[in-house]
Amino acid sequence: MPHVDTHCPYCALQCGMRLDETRVTPRNFPVNAGGLCQKGWTAGALLKSGARLTSPLLRRDGELQPVSWGEALDFVADQLLASRREHGADSVAVFGGGGLTNEKAYLLGKFARVALGTSQIDYNGRFCMSSAAAAGMRAFGVDRGLPFPVTDLAGADVVLLAGANPAETMPPFMQHLDSAELIVIDPRRTPTAERAALHLAPAPGTDLALALGILHAVVAEGHLDKSYVDLRTAGFDEMWRIAATWWPERVERVTGVSAADQRQAAEMLARAGNAYVLTGRGTEQHASGTATVGGWINLALALGLPGRAGSGFGCLTGQGNGQGGREHGQKADQLPGYRKIDDPAARAHVAEVWGVPAESLPGPGRSAVELLDELGESIKALLVFGSNPVVSAPRSSRVQERLAGLDLLVVADFVLSETAELADVVFPVPQWAEEEGTLTNLEGRVLLRQRSIDPPDGVRSDLSLLRDLAVRIGQPVERFPDDAAEVFEELRAASKGGAADYSGVTYQRLRSGEALHWPVPDEAHPGTPRMFLDGFAHPDGRARFADVDHSGPAELPDEVFPLQATTGRVLQHYQSGAQTRRIAELTAVVPEVFVEVHPDTAARSGLADGDRAVVRSRRGETVAQVRCVPSMRADLVFMPFHFPGAARANLVTNPALDPVSRMPEFKVCAVSLARAEA
Amino acid sequence: MSARNVVIIGYGMAGARLADEIRRRDPEGDRVRLTVLGEEPHPAYNRVLLSTVVAGGMNADTVRLHDSEWAAQTQVDLRLGTRVTQIDPARRLVRTETEDFPYDSVVLATGAAPWMPPVEGLELGPEVVAFRTLDDCARIVDAARPGAPVAVLGGGLLGLEAARGLAGRGANVTVVHPQPHVLERQLDSGAGRVLARRLAELGVTFRFEVTAARHLPGDGLKLDDGSFVPADLVVVAAGVRPETSLAEAAGLAVDRGILVDDLLRTSDGRIHALGDCARHPGAPAGLVQPAWEQAAVLADLLTGADATARYRGTRTVTRLKARDIDLAALGETQVTSEDAAAEVVTFDDPSGGRYGKLVVRGDRVTGAILLGLPDAAATVTQLHDRGTPVPEDRLAVLLGRAMPAGAPTAASPADLPASTVICRCNAVTKGRLIEAWRGGATDAAALARTTRATTGCGSCRDTVGAVADWLAAQ
Repeated sequence: MPHVDTHCPYCALQCGMRLDETRVTPRNFPVNAGGLCQKGWTAGALLKSGARLTSPLLRRDGELQPVSWGEALDFVADQLLASRREHGADSVAVFGGGGLTNEKAYLLGKFARVALGTSQIDYNGRFCMSSAAAAGMRAFGVDRGLPFPVTDLAGADVVLLAGANPAETMPPFMQHLDSAELIVIDPRRTPTAERAALHLAPAPGTDLALALGILHAVVAEGHLDKSYVDLRTAGFDEMWRIAATWWPERVERVTGVSAADQRQAAEMLARAGNAYVLTGRGTEQHASGTATVGGWINLALALGLPGRAGSGFGCLTGQGNGQGGREHGQKADQLPGYRKIDDPAARAHVAEVWGVPAESLPGPGRSAVELLDELGESIKALLVFGSNPVVSAPRSSRVQERLAGLDLLVVADFVLSETAELADVVFPVPQWAEEEGTLTNLEGRVLLRQRSIDPPDGVRSDLSLLRDLAVRIGQPVERFPDDAAEVFEELRAASKGGAADYSGVTYQRLRSGEALHWPVPDEAHPGTPRMFLDGFAHPDGRARFADVDHSGPAELPDEVFPLQATTGRVLQHYQSGAQTRRIAELTAVVPEVFVEVHPDTAARSGLADGDRAVVRSRRGETVAQVRCVPSMRADLVFMPFHFPGAARANLVTNPALDPVSRMPEFKVCAVSLARAEA
Repeated sequence: MSARNVVIIGYGMAGARLADEIRRRDPEGDRVRLTVLGEEPHPAYNRVLLSTVVAGGMNADTVRLHDSEWAAQTQVDLRLGTRVTQIDPARRLVRTETEDFPYDSVVLATGAAPWMPPVEGLELGPEVVAFRTLDDCARIVDAARPGAPVAVLGGGLLGLEAARGLAGRGANVTVVHPQPHVLERQLDSGAGRVLARRLAELGVTFRFEVTAARHLPGDGLKLDDGSFVPADLVVVAAGVRPETSLAEAAGLAVDRGILVDDLLRTSDGRIHALGDCARHPGAPAGLVQPAWEQAAVLADLLTGADATARYRGTRTVTRLKARDIDLAALGETQVTSEDAAAEVVTFDDPSGGRYGKLVVRGDRVTGAILLGLPDAAATVTQLHDRGTPVPEDRLAVLLGRAMPAGAPTAASPADLPASTVICRCNAVTKGRLIEAWRGGATDAAALARTTRATTGCGSCRDTVGAVADWLAAQ
């Protein structure tokens, strides 16, 4: 095959790249402007890797053994039918992923609701974007990560990044911030914070207080954009009654960010001609994540930023298809087109497209953590697509226990992930460059990832896997097309009229290079690069302030667990590391889990740089190599979450959930630090 | 079980907060039927922000704690402009001039009243205001014309915040303070001196160790040393007295405040008190933080949300809210280096407007004064509140530099060790660049092609260029 223009398999930036067999070169696409990080450059290495799965595996006598597709499919179908017969449709659950293409996410949702008839479907995006999505929906009436093109950021004077570390998580993105002064909110001095004009390091779990403090300073210094608030928003007064109680000196006490710095942040934002407020997982992955994002949106609204050309609010989506993945029905409470599953009109529309009675569609199911917690109880069988919850879910030792309690665990993946290792049946599926499909990047632009090489023999697409299973459990074959283009046609119809309307997007328009940002309500429509310029998506056109108050972390330090731990990513690895840990050039740079500690804190635990330490919480412990970092807060440790087994950072994290988004509290928990036994 | 009748006397910061906390736990009023009696005619407002009103950042509207619909929306029977005449513990009645309110529990949140120093001719009126209410603020703002002479009686927190706000509006302010330095309860003399000097630079005049003897309305103040301070307006900020008259008349134990225990109970178990009118051994007077913490505890108890809730006292931090001045003081501030059991680190920079003092015992912060050191104030406060061990480098803590910036950038690439990562996006070290150069990649573009340096976020472009220049010059 000649070289093919495609997109990176990793994060939501979806850098443009050119693939020649397995050789990657960067390509000049707007989001990456010719840049690639080390993950992108080495992305081809996994295509011909010996770690690829090329045959279905079936557990026999405790061992996963190669079997034919037919045998594996028959086995799974029989088990699914038996489970449904004996325990009801909701005894089978589906767990998806934010890396799946739009077509797969869509068909997975349809498969769950129509073929399995189960309400129990959710996905790992619940661990990623759910707080930002819920807050964005509440404030603006619709949730699109960036409601403007990434390239607009180049015109900003000031950008506030709350809990986002793009210098490590999506490096080429930083090019768009070259001319802006950055305000970076992060308890750690990250590579992004090092680029900041102003770095504010709040105690973990106190971001909402900080957002309220900066907002308070904006109002107290007379910078409230009153005409914008009057004309374009609702709910300021109720919100302000709470924000008024968070004067900067009080906020300083809670956050450790000086009142002077809060006022400076307010001043910088207010004086900027163009400014943006952007959030990332650091501020979102909390049991109060939705409220916290609401606090940042309040700040942006008080300054009159959202829906103004050249300024705005947005969140930086994480996974490759983190945006599209949350729009087309693999979320417990949603149907395609970003429709609500409990909305009768939405149910009627989608049911018609699917050719089934609306009343046959199940209602909302459990969210990710609650679903995983139910395994082995009322849920007897689980199908996992594009996810590795054994590494990525909070309190992962418990997830492992729950998986062991299942009658049937089926995993579709292209490598033997830590979750696949525990499965009864594993199906080998293609990876990015081996198949066609669309993704929606962090700015809501729909991209076509083209097939550039053939998958290895023995591999079949997720779409055909779903069809083959659907047919075996009694569905008509025409209801489950296995061609991506055909599935996309159905997705277009199903999304038509929804918030995320793709009905005007076609493969042909995408192939011709059109930049289509949803909504695209018809084929003549040019797409919507900038949303909200004329009004927000609520019926009255106004954005909503959120009357949110600071409550703090779900778990506070005490004498037994005197420190706080936070988790995050490193540049060389992606999510659970199932892909990147198999690429030698990346593991050479970051081979294993480490824990960043202030040198004084390390010394108090009798630890020095390079020692092995046990990081322990109420839920479990992780063994990690100590890195002494003088810029760390003395009361905080940091671990990356990409590593398996005893090195899983998520062995210690807290599954406390946000009441609205059901996001777990990945970003703060109480821990102790001790020397590991030799 | 029917809801219990709770009557809150007082609709200021403490009373309003308690009502909020109760409704947060009992939104529908299933457990508590709530009556709030407020003496002022308007809704509660945030007294902490009054100095911001005087300074000019806020107005009466933005400092309100509740909207006018608050009571109706939250099922609270709110009576404004209602003066309580008596609590009758025997009949469990709160009496006003027009109506009696039966109670199961009553809460005194009557606050405090300004203390008027014994100065001949000094009476609240058009030329004399306290600094306590929104109406006072309006009068102060009204009088603060550029060049207008204003006297402030008292160099405590409120007096200094008023003086700073007035000076900011251009008034000609004199603070009359009977002690040798300002904020003598919170600061040592060194900090007091630096603070007064800083305020003087901002236009505030001080008269120390004198008291006002006589007020000549429209003219000024005659001081006890015979001198004269001109003043169109006198702002009285000489302290407050807890409002305890209802409690005393009801026979409750009162000693410079209504005495309360850890359940915020007075000597009558059905009568509670909180905020400025109450006296708990662990609660410093005159600050909002103890009142709010007490409100949370009392709401837990009154709604039954947490019958084990107790108020054990508050660790407060003194913060002066005055533009261009950053002052924080906490814990034991008067300790000197003569106390051998404590580590005392001080830093004194009067001309720079900075003063720092850190008192450490057994690796923990027990006291601090941080003036003009905002970063240190934030860090030290957290060390104190969280009981975290103090970093080894005490002076760095005091200067707010305990958390250093990132690695310093070397002046020349020659000075960087070979292991230094130059391009983080592609994990390219200086050593790798040298190796590539020796392999024939002898300009920045070739280095980029060979090593991928600069091909990520691009921020290392200058450094790679400098390395290339340095290698070319070898």
